[in-house]
Amino acid sequence: MTATTPTNTSAAAARPAARKPVRLRSRAPHSVSSPRRSTLLTVLSGIVLLYALVPLFWLFVNATKTQSSLFSSFGLWFSGDFALFDNIARTLAYDDGIFGRWFANTVLYVVLGAGGATFLAVLGGYALAKFDFPGKRGVFATVIGAVAVPGTALAVPTFLMFSQMGLTNTPWAVIIPSLISPFGLYLMWVFAAEAIPTELLEAARVDGSSEFRTFFQVSLPLLAPGIVTVLLFTMVATWNNYFLPLIMLKDPSWYPLTLGLNAWNAQAATAGGEAIFDLVITGSLLTILPLIVAFLFLQRYWQSGLAAGSVKE
Amino acid sequence: MTTTSPPVAVPPPVDALSSRPVRRRRRSWIGWGFVGPFMAVFALVFLAPIAYSIYLSLFRTQMVGGTQFVGFDNYARAFGDPQFWSGVSRVGLFLLVQVPIMLGIALLVALAIDSGRLYGKNFFRISIFLPYAVPAVVATLMWGFMYGTRFGLVGNINDALGTSIPNPLSPDWVLLAIGNIVTWEFVGYNMLIFYSALRVIPTSLYEAAELDGASQWQVVRAIKIPAIRGSLVIATIFSIIGSFQLFNEPSILQSLAPNAITTYFTPNLYAYSLSFSGQQYNYSATVAIIMGVLTMIVAYVVQLRGMRKEA
Repeated sequence: MTATTPTNTSAAAARPAARKPVRLRSRAPHSVSSPRRSTLLTVLSGIVLLYALVPLFWLFVNATKTQSSLFSSFGLWFSGDFALFDNIARTLAYDDGIFGRWFANTVLYVVLGAGGATFLAVLGGYALAKFDFPGKRGVFATVIGAVAVPGTALAVPTFLMFSQMGLTNTPWAVIIPSLISPFGLYLMWVFAAEAIPTELLEAARVDGSSEFRTFFQVSLPLLAPGIVTVLLFTMVATWNNYFLPLIMLKDPSWYPLTLGLNAWNAQAATAGGEAIFDLVITGSLLTILPLIVAFLFLQRYWQSGLAAGSVKE
Repeated sequence: MTTTSPPVAVPPPVDALSSRPVRRRRRSWIGWGFVGPFMAVFALVFLAPIAYSIYLSLFRTQMVGGTQFVGFDNYARAFGDPQFWSGVSRVGLFLLVQVPIMLGIALLVALAIDSGRLYGKNFFRISIFLPYAVPAVVATLMWGFMYGTRFGLVGNINDALGTSIPNPLSPDWVLLAIGNIVTWEFVGYNMLIFYSALRVIPTSLYEAAELDGASQWQVVRAIKIPAIRGSLVIATIFSIIGSFQLFNEPSILQSLAPNAITTYFTPNLYAYSLSFSGQQYNYSATVAIIMGVLTMIVAYVVQLRGMRKEA
């Protein structure tokens, strides 16, 4: 199985054998020497790759179709007029531009919800990693225990509580529960333990820096990859949130995109409702684009953050 | 409810603690300044609702006679409720089939990417992960349309090949259809968790295995799988919790497949219908609590089993 004996399948041999292995060059960190590429393995993984990407391709293709060719043409290829821009314009204009309103709501929930959740998780994880304080074990136990409680099981009592506090049907009903991310807390705790040398904090203390100043000036920059990771995952959670707004919000003008799209889709099933599948599809495409772009552009950060997060199991 | 400011008034306990040398400084309350805000919100949105739903589950509201304390009557009712149990057994079946398939695929892909034997492994990693960024609503609508026999792919295939693939949205097949959607959404996420864990295995282990002439499969079985056991256990627990909470996908598919998905299709859907269509808040809270306890028990058992193997 050493790389030096190329009993290759023919296709694998097509790969230039320029990187002659072993000892000297700094090895790829994780392989039994540097193994040859395998066509078979690539093809097998390629099936999963297709599985992941084909639906997204379907979504894009069908966002370019008019409603009539949606019904008449083959789903996985373009057909008829290229109506993407027309579809986008109609999606944005439908029902007095309610889609834009939903988009703005979603952004509001993400900025306050995911931003706040990240902030709280960073502070909390830092405390768990770097301070010894009374009740620390209790904090661990409660948070870990509560994670096992299904989030949706909490939704109904939360709704009843919030409705007594007069918060339902306001943005706060969606934002406040989004502020807690147990996974984020866990990730930041592990990450902070790794990324911040305790000696550094000691040094800052000796210099007379206050704990909070030390946190903002010394620790925060070191935590950046972890913060980006937590931010991305809380962003996904808030952006994709469906159940919570579903029970909390009645007024469509406070809907996030997810609820709005579902309402558009359900409209076709109601008596006298106009079927707007083309707008549902185009709207879906517009909904997922921002997150996909964010993940692609920030991958360097969140991947290193995740890797660090799995150091301590 | 807790306040945001740390409870400074309480004097720190006399340090009876350290058998261990003074590693950090003294124990101090300053940590609460950082963890306090999290815990305050946590108490509001986690602990208070749990307490409130336990309280609710012990009462019953009736048109005549108002709200009264009924002890464990609601629980007794749930244990004899065939609709509740049909939902539980449905998610149980889902759990036993979907979770192993999803985690199995995720693990195989993670191992393939980690082995360094793929062409274009970064492309694989990021592409397979992408569906995770797609909201459950969009994923369900998208797959729902593709399943559809009107302008969906199933219809296309049936037309083109003259086959008659059964309608995935018919009552017999809809659970499978949902399983596929959930697998699609989370296979990449789990893959990434496993892959991240694989990346931090010390290289020295591989070098030692290489000196011993171990084959790739032996390396996988003897080094890689044991090294990421923690991740496997955590991913399994999260997937179990996710299965027991199954709600979004069936709830959204309802508008596309109204006959296939009942109001008690999953326990969560049942709890939701009880509350928001039936106004039976007390019974709904009971169902939610039973599901929560059930989830905790299963998660705990999995954790114990996962950890025991390690010993």
